[in-house]
Amino acid sequence: MERTSAIVTALRSRNFVIGGALSLIFVFLALLSFIWTPYDVTTLDIAHKLQRPNLSHWFGTDHFGRDIFSMIMVGARTSIAVALLAVGMGMGLGIPLGLAAAASQGRWLDEFIMRGNDLIFAFPSLVIAILITAVFGASAVNAIVAIGIFNIPVFARVTRGAALSLWSREFILAARVAGKNTARISLEHILPNVANLLIVQGTIQFSLGILAEAGLSYVGLGAQPPTPSWGRMLADAQTMVSFAPHLALIPGMAIILTVLGLNLMGDGLRDLLDPRIRNARS
Amino acid sequence: MLRYTLKRALSLIISLAVASLVIFFVIEVAPGDPASYMLGINAQPDTIAALRTELGLDVSKTQRYLNWVGGMLHGDFGTSYTYRTPISEMVADRMWVSLPLAAFALVLSTVIAFPAGIYAASRRGKAGDVVLMGATQLGVAIPNFWFAMMMVLIFAINLRWFSAGGFPGWDEGFWLGIKSLTLPAISLALPQAAILARVMRSSLLDMLGEDFMRSARAKGLSRRQALWRHALRNALIPVLTIIGLQFSFLLAGGIIIEQVFFLPGLGRLVFQSISQRDLIVVESVVMLLVFSVIVVNFAVDLAYAAVDPRLRSRS
Amino acid sequence: MSLLAIKNLSVEIHGNPILRDVSLDVAPGEIVAVTGESGSGKSMTALAIMQLLPQGSEMSGAVMLDGKDLGQTSEAEMCAIRGNDVGMIFQEPMTALNPVQTIGDQVAETILIHEDLPRAQALSRARDMLDRVGLDAENFPLSRYPHELSGGQRQRVVIAMAIVLRPKLLIADEPTTALDVTTQATILDLLKELVSEFGMGLLMITHDLAVVAGMADRIVVMRTGEVVETGPTQSLFQNMQHPYTRMLMEASDHKATLPPHANKDPEPLLQVVNVSRDYRLPRTSVIARQKMFRAVDDVSFTLKKGARAGLVGESGCGKSTLTRAILGLEDIQEGQILLDGEPVFSGNKANLLVRRKMQVVFQDPFGSFNPRHRVDRLVSEPLHLLSERPSQSERTSAIAEALIAVGLQPEDAQKYIHEFSGGQRQRVAIARALIIKPDLIVFDEAVSALDVSIRAQILDLLAELCEQYSLTYLFISHDLSVVRSITEQVFVMQSGKIVEQGETETVFTNPSHPYTQQLIAAAPKLPEIGAQQKGPKNVAS
Repeated sequence: MERTSAIVTALRSRNFVIGGALSLIFVFLALLSFIWTPYDVTTLDIAHKLQRPNLSHWFGTDHFGRDIFSMIMVGARTSIAVALLAVGMGMGLGIPLGLAAAASQGRWLDEFIMRGNDLIFAFPSLVIAILITAVFGASAVNAIVAIGIFNIPVFARVTRGAALSLWSREFILAARVAGKNTARISLEHILPNVANLLIVQGTIQFSLGILAEAGLSYVGLGAQPPTPSWGRMLADAQTMVSFAPHLALIPGMAIILTVLGLNLMGDGLRDLLDPRIRNARS
Repeated sequence: MLRYTLKRALSLIISLAVASLVIFFVIEVAPGDPASYMLGINAQPDTIAALRTELGLDVSKTQRYLNWVGGMLHGDFGTSYTYRTPISEMVADRMWVSLPLAAFALVLSTVIAFPAGIYAASRRGKAGDVVLMGATQLGVAIPNFWFAMMMVLIFAINLRWFSAGGFPGWDEGFWLGIKSLTLPAISLALPQAAILARVMRSSLLDMLGEDFMRSARAKGLSRRQALWRHALRNALIPVLTIIGLQFSFLLAGGIIIEQVFFLPGLGRLVFQSISQRDLIVVESVVMLLVFSVIVVNFAVDLAYAAVDPRLRSRS
Repeated sequence: MSLLAIKNLSVEIHGNPILRDVSLDVAPGEIVAVTGESGSGKSMTALAIMQLLPQGSEMSGAVMLDGKDLGQTSEAEMCAIRGNDVGMIFQEPMTALNPVQTIGDQVAETILIHEDLPRAQALSRARDMLDRVGLDAENFPLSRYPHELSGGQRQRVVIAMAIVLRPKLLIADEPTTALDVTTQATILDLLKELVSEFGMGLLMITHDLAVVAGMADRIVVMRTGEVVETGPTQSLFQNMQHPYTRMLMEASDHKATLPPHANKDPEPLLQVVNVSRDYRLPRTSVIARQKMFRAVDDVSFTLKKGARAGLVGESGCGKSTLTRAILGLEDIQEGQILLDGEPVFSGNKANLLVRRKMQVVFQDPFGSFNPRHRVDRLVSEPLHLLSERPSQSERTSAIAEALIAVGLQPEDAQKYIHEFSGGQRQRVAIARALIIKPDLIVFDEAVSALDVSIRAQILDLLAELCEQYSLTYLFISHDLSVVRSITEQVFVMQSGKIVEQGETETVFTNPSHPYTQQLIAAAPKLPEIGAQQKGPKNVAS
């Protein structure tokens, strides 16, 4: 009963439904691209280059005659995979750090973690990507690492902030009186109570990750040819934008719609998961 | 206030020191010897050794780090491996494109976001708020370099109001320089303004629920007066944090957008240097970028204290 | 003619009736107290007068101020009335002031809104009013910020802000609830002086009948949005008509009947020996020596098995710090805390063997439970302390037993905490403390957040449990009357030291330490029901 009513409330949030649907479309396209795309994105077909959108090529073709719809599908795969792994990396390292910092509040570990965070904040993900690429060369993995590193302090801060206010709550004191150690309290009491916040933040970081990935591959620091990516499609389109604007418009719209969908979903989730708002409504 | 400033200044210096260490050692990990790379595979060992001495590579790592930092303190960033010219000369002109662009965009973003956020908060739930927040939701989703391409397409190629790119240099006149940075700055600023406006709005709305707002109303202030006189300054505290963060996004975004507008900024230099494996240039440019971010955040810390008396007396 | 006349005021919020047919009057120079438990609608009445009801409220009936119906007044006119004709002060002085504005500016603002004056002149009038409310220019210059003041001092600033234009009516919504007793007494005195000096009407909203008894000329008792009884203070206390009023009165003065002790010569259970606890103060500069603040200073006492002891003191006296130390949550710098002869904290971590002999019940019935767990999991959390894990069936029966002991049902184990009221949550908290049958239970302000009627029930429950479980407890509270009603032995704490200890009745009737005397004198007292009054205004010395 709890489950179904949660789903019903979720569907009542317009933001969540629209955002979720938009995001799901792109996730579906990305998954579908593993087994089927209308055209092969690696074969060139110069004869049909730079076609406007038409019945056989829904979104037209690029300067090598590749089908843009197919490239958008495969590009969705790259974008989503990079952003997902980067957010996973940020969460995987940031959340434990945030929990540890809050648990040792005020002591040197907290200070150390938070100063480390401040330091990472001084390195925008582009700068991290520049450093890594300079050393190891460009690849999609570098993009993941660069965006991922930038996400660590984001999650560490959000987790620590929320966890700190929980640590002063009486149910945590009660758990300490019940003899539980800090690690166990962090896992049993703190983490489940900050999970909602982290899910919302995760959605937002995911959308920022998609934007960052597009930026990195636009300047050539992300996924390398022949893997299609939205950012590189835009870089290729740049010199042709005056006579073939659809080359720039379509990948741009793909990015905007995905990010918009994720942001709407994040907003919807926040409204649904925030007990203050939920109680005020009922 | 003085104590607070000194404390922040100390942490500024520590951050800079640690950041420089991190950058230096990441670059150190790079495989290969720059001197042999520059001279090619057929070079004689003694020519390589001579070059290593010339580039200052023949000393210990610690010594090299100290030389690098010490040099930077005197404005000497070392010599480019590729061009054999002082990096400070290469950087100087380009820096005065990238930094003004980020600053210009930050000003634009703030000037757009503040009124928008305040307006939306004061019209909460009404048509103006809904339309504005819908627009910001879209604005947040737009990649700035794509937006820049669209601006070029519309304003430079179709309407021909601006040139499609390039930068004449500040010597040609301040306003000409500003004009050529206007399109890039707008493309950078609008998506960030959308974020800032949303933060401004929600921060103001949080303040509206505070007890002191009720006290203000009980004094006889109208809703609007209470918003301007009491909520705004308190709401600025979280907004300042975002402004600080935005500078680093704008600086990084600017480096990407330079590619769209063919601006001779740090971005072009750094991408060129990566492809030429001119690591010492990359190292110095990255340090310069990180330096500006840290200094701007120091300024934001000082602005906090100006807004919030609690910070001034504490510490 | 009365200054304020409310006739048949009804308020609905989103269709839910909040106030029904409320009528009351306030004459110039008169203090009228509106009292009742939470949900009685007393604060909404105040907000309705100010026309500051939450959005979505529908109001009907008349609120006449000086013959003008505020319900029919435009918002712009209301702005001219608020602060000028009606002032209002609120419960929470810590948040009622704008943290980024000086106190001078905030008081002067009231003047500048309503009068066309140069700022300097407004500031000088603000200065005069701050002097009047007891904040002298030397210690409290206009340039002070709220965070530099204590709670009582901030409340004085809020009062100055509300009365600087000498409004005809002052509304005070629980003005002293967040303050310590001694501070409360001085603020109540100040309000009374101001009323007689300015000839203001004062509408005072409070849940505390004892405060009402000492302050008000007339009383309005409310319950669930309705006025149940109203009358002059003296006659109302002598002759209560409505059973609810009588119940409130009895509950406010409730004395739990503690059962006799089984063991005549008990052994010591908790020994606190010369305990001191220091906190580091924030360093003033990097090179300055670390300064320490001694929160608990050389405290010693012993609780014998079966003791029903209380610890009273005002905020900041160190009682919370001492509580944490006793619970083994924090280490101490000097001395020893022994439970059954064993230290509660040893070798940098809490001693689990000792800890299972001790449990705690906290104040906040909302904050002391993890909202994501069911009651069975919440109540059984201390079972973790047992060296042998109980089997599933043992666990279930232990949970059921604990729930029944506190007057709940075994079926309640499957519910979430938000399904319970505040009083029921406190019962769950007690069940959690009882489940491992501890030797000692610490009650940390355990009834302070509850309405008087619920509080009386919980105190009765404690008395029952005393018999059933032969409890030993330490009851920590700022509320003297509660401590008096549930303990046999009391410790009075001030600035980290225990200044007086002894048998509860002796300490309360014949305090020996000046601080205890001051505390007891400052505490508002209820008149005897039906007894002759010496006069309504005998709150504080």
